Amino acid sequence: MRLTCDAVVIGAGMVGAACALYASRAGLDVIVVDRGPVAGGTTGAGEGNLLVSDKEPGPELELALLSGRLWAGLAGELGDRIEYEPKGGLVVAAGPEGLAALERFAAGQRAAGVLAEDVAADRLRDLEPYLAPGLAGGVRYPQDAQVMPALAAAHLLRAGGARLSTGRTVTEVLRDAGGAVRGVRTDRGDIHAPAVVNAAGTWGGEVAARAGVRLPVLPRRGFVLVTEPLPRRVRHKVYAADYVADVASDSAALQTSPVVEGTAAGPVLIGASRERVGFDRSFSLPAVRALAAGATRLFPFLSGVRAMRGYVGFRPYLPDHLPAIGPDPRAPGLFHACGHEGAGIGLATGTGRLIAQVLSGRTPELDLTPFRPERFGEEAL
Amino acid sequence: MNPLELADARPGPAFTVTFDGRELVALPGQTVAAALWAAGVTSWRTTRGEGRPRGVFCGIGVCFDCLVTVNGRPNQRACLVPVEPGDAIRTQEGTGHDD
Repeated sequence: MRLTCDAVVIGAGMVGAACALYASRAGLDVIVVDRGPVAGGTTGAGEGNLLVSDKEPGPELELALLSGRLWAGLAGELGDRIEYEPKGGLVVAAGPEGLAALERFAAGQRAAGVLAEDVAADRLRDLEPYLAPGLAGGVRYPQDAQVMPALAAAHLLRAGGARLSTGRTVTEVLRDAGGAVRGVRTDRGDIHAPAVVNAAGTWGGEVAARAGVRLPVLPRRGFVLVTEPLPRRVRHKVYAADYVADVASDSAALQTSPVVEGTAAGPVLIGASRERVGFDRSFSLPAVRALAAGATRLFPFLSGVRAMRGYVGFRPYLPDHLPAIGPDPRAPGLFHACGHEGAGIGLATGTGRLIAQVLSGRTPELDLTPFRPERFGEEAL
Repeated sequence: MNPLELADARPGPAFTVTFDGRELVALPGQTVAAALWAAGVTSWRTTRGEGRPRGVFCGIGVCFDCLVTVNGRPNQRACLVPVEPGDAIRTQEGTGHDD
């Protein structure tokens, strides 16, 4: 491999793959490096949510809407291979107060460009025949969709044509005497490039530190339960309205609000526990028990279905729950594309597009100010 | 050579189970997979996508390839489930669930 290029992308997960795809299509020569395999970190432990439904109006929602359009475009060339399913989301409320809050939330989203249809209680089971009786109502979000994240990362990497070097650890981001980035040092030699993209997900803070800048990316642990394969019984991404509050929460304690969805392969995924316990991978029975109980409240038939396995991952969050996207003025030539918390699969395409635009010297189509990586101040590393 | 002799095994009395309605002899302590293998059956499931035959692959409960329907309950790992007298074991097609 010729070890010079226009941009090095650190991280062969979903976000790195999308950055590589759009940067390559913008005409840049890109090398993707990862210390592990493709989709070996946060991506491989995700659910593949492409959601607008859980986002309040603001910069993250704008990024989600842009990303959703780009995913729909990619689906034309890669759809079946990445198990893209534009299935829509259905958010349900158990009681009248929750429903009123959900409908207010949806009204705000509609004003920001989200498609959101109120669903009366007696219509819920037309959409989801196996849903529990007695729910107060819900909102359907036709723009919510799903991909299989590991397949999506792999196929986007392949489609982009960027060179890929896995099992290669970046030990340092190289900078010249003036502070400008000039490539990366790895355990298998240097790669020279005028631009380096930090798409290291949960480990984005470590990569930033190797460039001498601070980016406070922290892990939030999440479990996902996988059932035995079933015929298609859950049609949408279905979740309880409390999920939105949990995502936005600053609490360190365990939070579970089940997101239930069928997959193309047959198993039902039950996701969305969140807790701050550092990089502790140990299995948590309370977390998966709460997920299973919550999912069974939404879909009573699940009580007779076996959970085959569970998996765990670390959602990379930043203190204000927005990702870091764009150039880092503290290290010219360094760009960040990480910290998407539990939304990184969905937000990957928009992030990749924006990174490709700034790498090519163009004006990004969304304002990057809310995502600027230096917004957390300059305390010591 | 009889494998029971290799391990100096002295299992309790044999009993019968059924596989797709056909009577098979099983021994106490065997798993469903062991009983099927001992009876010469190596495939008891077809895949969801293309209907390909499947039986034991890992044999230790990890791969979920050997799923089988036992007493009406689908998706049991044949390599882990102890066989019991009178078990009705059935070939599993697809997800093993109706509709």
